[in-house]
Amino acid sequence: MNKFILTCLASAAISASAASAAEIRLDGFPDFNNHLDKVIPLFAETNPDISVTYQMNNHGDHHKKLTTNLATGSGAGDIVIVDIGFIGSFIDAGGFENLSDATYGADALADGFVDYAWSQGQGADGNQYAIPIDIGPGVMYYRRDVLEAAGLEVEDVITDWDSYIAYGEKLREMDVYLIADAADVASTIIRTTVQPGEGFFFDAEGNSLITSERFVKAFETAKRIRDAGLDGQIGAWTNEWYDGFKDGSVATQLSGAWLLGHLQNWMAPDTAGKWGVSNLPDGVYGSWGGSFLAIPRQAENKEAAWAFVEYLTNNPEAQLASLRNIGAFPVLKETYADPTFDEPIEFLAGQQARRLFAEIAEQVTAVSPQKGDLIAEDVVINGALLEVLNDDKDVMAALRDAERLVMRRVR
Amino acid sequence: MTDVTSNSAAAASLSAERRARRRKRAFRKALMPWLFISPYLVLFLVFTAFPLLFSVYLSFQEWNPVTGLSGMSFVGLANYAQAITDPWLWKSLYNTVWLAIATGIPQHVIAIPIAYLLVTAFRGSFRHLYTATMFIPFITSTVAISLIFYTIYSSNNGILNQWLLGLSSVPVIGALFAWVPDAMPIRWLGSSDLLKPAIAMVVIWKYTGFNIVIYSAGFLTVSKDLYDAAKVDGCNAWQQFWHVALPMIRPFIFFALTLTIIGNLQLFEEPFILTAGDSGGVSQAGLTASYYLYLVGWEWLEMGSAAAISWILFAFIALATSVHFYFNAREGLEGHN
Repeated sequence: MNKFILTCLASAAISASAASAAEIRLDGFPDFNNHLDKVIPLFAETNPDISVTYQMNNHGDHHKKLTTNLATGSGAGDIVIVDIGFIGSFIDAGGFENLSDATYGADALADGFVDYAWSQGQGADGNQYAIPIDIGPGVMYYRRDVLEAAGLEVEDVITDWDSYIAYGEKLREMDVYLIADAADVASTIIRTTVQPGEGFFFDAEGNSLITSERFVKAFETAKRIRDAGLDGQIGAWTNEWYDGFKDGSVATQLSGAWLLGHLQNWMAPDTAGKWGVSNLPDGVYGSWGGSFLAIPRQAENKEAAWAFVEYLTNNPEAQLASLRNIGAFPVLKETYADPTFDEPIEFLAGQQARRLFAEIAEQVTAVSPQKGDLIAEDVVINGALLEVLNDDKDVMAALRDAERLVMRRVR
Repeated sequence: MTDVTSNSAAAASLSAERRARRRKRAFRKALMPWLFISPYLVLFLVFTAFPLLFSVYLSFQEWNPVTGLSGMSFVGLANYAQAITDPWLWKSLYNTVWLAIATGIPQHVIAIPIAYLLVTAFRGSFRHLYTATMFIPFITSTVAISLIFYTIYSSNNGILNQWLLGLSSVPVIGALFAWVPDAMPIRWLGSSDLLKPAIAMVVIWKYTGFNIVIYSAGFLTVSKDLYDAAKVDGCNAWQQFWHVALPMIRPFIFFALTLTIIGNLQLFEEPFILTAGDSGGVSQAGLTASYYLYLVGWEWLEMGSAAAISWILFAFIALATSVHFYFNAREGLEGHN
């Protein structure tokens, strides 16, 4: 009897493997499903023996689920999407396949990708553990109508932070806020003026940079804006934030290029043609967000998983499709030659914005993610910065306190 | 001879067999009760006992869960030592106690008189309707409630600030609210001194109804005869409440207080949503102990440290509850005798 069952199972297994060589599942968060729905059929045309499914959870839950999956060594998909914010904590933990290994040969692809994004997927040992799939070049969105009413050109505004603040002073007389939240200016400075080889919060040896000049300048600039009453003190992703975009009571927003998709699709679709986009003030380059693909070591069909990762990241068609499908900006450089990038964007009054995004993407310097990033982000950006802006705490005292808190946790 | 021995041997083996069978039956009988409670027992072992013991073990390890189970390393008491000297833990404990007191006392001070009025002054059907209404906040999802309050507190468009502004322009009482236009926009969730009261309001609003239900049930157990006797002795309404009704519902007060203490010390969802998950809001004014626990474990991925903090929190709640038991239990539990 037992023998009979075993034979049945074995034959079932054989026939199953004959029917489809590999089933793989991709774990991630929306909007990727809208992209996947369209590219999985295309992938299947050339890879009929691999069937791809996906499991989507919201951004926060996805990373929590991934954490438990890696902790227990089971349950993760064959491919997982990892947000840039989590890369530092995840990448050196040993849960992902080394894609520099000869079986995958990821290193050969390096030259095709935007430099900074590619190097963010590297572990401390220099091996590639995650492949970037999209990036968020940092830009400034601004209201053209407000700028015009102030009688200025955008170049006058973004010369440096002083000129940016001067614009704000002018706007105050018109009862318009320069920016929704001054804290965005601080994080922009912190994230864009990083020296090569440094992390956001730590140097290569893991020493804190939290009390360095970069943070002092960031905090003081934001404080100037707050104290002059130039920002709306409006938190991101709140109804007030959306209202500011709709009614023109907020003149600029520093953000990743991806904000465009949100603005035109649901935040402020009626304001089409009133927006423009430019480089960040003070000539800085930086990135907001970005996602990576990794293959967990527990994955069962690593070979098939790699084939799909390669397709999503290294195939120009798939990369361009993600721009069209979900507005995710391609990370593969050869796509930038595509005519899509010269299309004028109606929402931005006909500006060729994608060309600008691509130029910025190639200018951003690499910042190495580090394992203390999540703690430092909470303590410095969410903690110390708010104390300085809202509670008038002394900049240096706040930074020193934050540094002490972070360093006692980052061992 | 051989027959006899073989016979007696057979008899012996037979009785041995019988004994064995009897033992087996007894064993099975002893096992039965365990079998019957096994569904609960298995669930308890897997989902309560194991995690509890595991968290004790975990609190002596340094563990980033992303590294898998093999990534643990023994650090002795380091997690506890670090927790005790952690300024954010102390801040969060202070916030927890502050919120427990500021939300705990009003809940009962409001609930007791309302419950008394409901029971003494209103007839059954109206009372049921009213208690049910008051109970709705309690059974509504905390997350939903917190999100709604998040909108109410919104500084530019929030209905609370709009109300205050409106009141300031009402002819007579406007004078009371004359300060409002200058203070606008009031940032309920964006300044460290208003955040805690704002959170406290939500908690009070949500849990007062629950206490009203408990106290209504309590006042209903008080016999009419006692009130009649008190009236005969010349007690006025206030004296009936203070000297008759209140002492009679002591066990209910004790029960409700215990729930409040434990519940308030575990406060998490309200502050978490109202601060949008941003590490406890400005100056961590809304960071409660459970919130911090979550931050350390799930945001910072330091499970060992989080386990240690959770045991410190456990000790803290146990201490608070035992203080409450020490002072209130004898009178609270003795009931109506």
